[in-house]
Amino acid sequence: MTEYGVILFYTTSSAMRAEKLLKKENYTVKLVPVPRQFSSDCGIALRFDWNQGEQVRSELDKAQVEIDAIHQL
Amino acid sequence: MIYLDSAATSWPKPPEVLKAMVDVLERAGGNPGRSGHRLSIEAARVVYDTREDIARFFNISDPTRVIFTSNGTQAINVVLKGLLKPGDRVVVSSMEHNAVMRPLRSLEKQGLVLDIVPCASDGSLEVNHIAKALKSDTRLVVIVHASNVAGTILPVAEAASLARQAGALLLVDAAQTAGVLPIDMQAFGIDFLAFTGHKGLQGPPGIGGLIIGDRVDTSQVEPLIRGGTGSQSELEEQPEHLPDKFESGTPNIVGIAGLHAGINWIMDRGIETIRAQEKELTGALIDGLSNISGIKIYGTHDPESMVAIVSFTATGRRVSEIGLILDEDYGILTRVGLHCAPAAHKTIGSFPEGTVRLAPGVFTTPDEIKEAVRALGKVVGS
Repeated sequence: MTEYGVILFYTTSSAMRAEKLLKKENYTVKLVPVPRQFSSDCGIALRFDWNQGEQVRSELDKAQVEIDAIHQL
Repeated sequence: MIYLDSAATSWPKPPEVLKAMVDVLERAGGNPGRSGHRLSIEAARVVYDTREDIARFFNISDPTRVIFTSNGTQAINVVLKGLLKPGDRVVVSSMEHNAVMRPLRSLEKQGLVLDIVPCASDGSLEVNHIAKALKSDTRLVVIVHASNVAGTILPVAEAASLARQAGALLLVDAAQTAGVLPIDMQAFGIDFLAFTGHKGLQGPPGIGGLIIGDRVDTSQVEPLIRGGTGSQSELEEQPEHLPDKFESGTPNIVGIAGLHAGINWIMDRGIETIRAQEKELTGALIDGLSNISGIKIYGTHDPESMVAIVSFTATGRRVSEIGLILDEDYGILTRVGLHCAPAAHKTIGSFPEGTVRLAPGVFTTPDEIKEAVRALGKVVGS
């Protein structure tokens, strides 16, 4: 079974930008409602394959997408 | 019918724009980013993709510095009311629209100091006048990229460089130029670009934007309104992150989708092609009007130094009467009067009567210009 992580962002725009650039690089990602256990935010978060965590993080750093937090689901 | 009022709003719109507006409600009708379900995410995608294309179109690197507003006026108000403090100085041209002058006059009552730079009677601005007006405490320079009255193009890049040297920021009102003149925010050195979606950009009314250049520290700009952003909901304070800081409340998704289609339509056609076409129409209009006795044309009379806006008056005739006859008897739609820009009319010498303004657009044909000139010969000659 795939283990997932979620990335929380400060803005919807950042989430959209992250999804777009990671999909372009063929990462398996999906925008989901922010899991309540991590934040009371009403927005969206990006779910990713936990095994690709390091690469995902480095792609976002490279593109200077600001991240609020990363959690394992 | 001949539509010569594109400076007020462009019409008709490209069919792609109408289609995109219907499509977004059918396909992506959620509240963008608020709810996290597929319709909400699809709506957020429409908004974000538009942001990216606008950033590309005006050449800035960070799409989150594209702020959606209801129109150009709101974008201008964000900068003037959010940035300026009592005691600050602002350099402003004498060709400005009331979208700029009314907020500035209101702020002047609270202690803002205005340095109004005189433009020539053809609407043009000699950059030396800006250089002379800049002082050490000048916070902002505001200029219209092209006059909505005379069509005259103002020297934006030169103004930007002077503003920078003086440590001031530059706000450009691109209401009449976005979509018809190439605008490169980085090459020109523009700090704030206010645009509207429903004119040259071919979108619907009710959508516009403010683009904030890299040099601006946005913590120095207060938002015009505060509220829900779909982000950082646990906080009762407005977030500082862009674009959310300046975008509270549900955005105009339908307008954004239409604007996106409009910008893509322009990119497909090529802005250089649009500009060449409008120069040709403007030249034909000026040539035609020059041969009618009693007509006085304002502005530079040179299509190279103006956008497709030609203002005129006729000896002994009220502009309102000319406008009404053109509409009723010839089906030619124009705009007469002061065009919400009394300062500009004072500068070119047509205050308080105003002018008849003819503004062709991307769908205007050379034959329509000929027909309009013929009609004006009859109306003004009679």
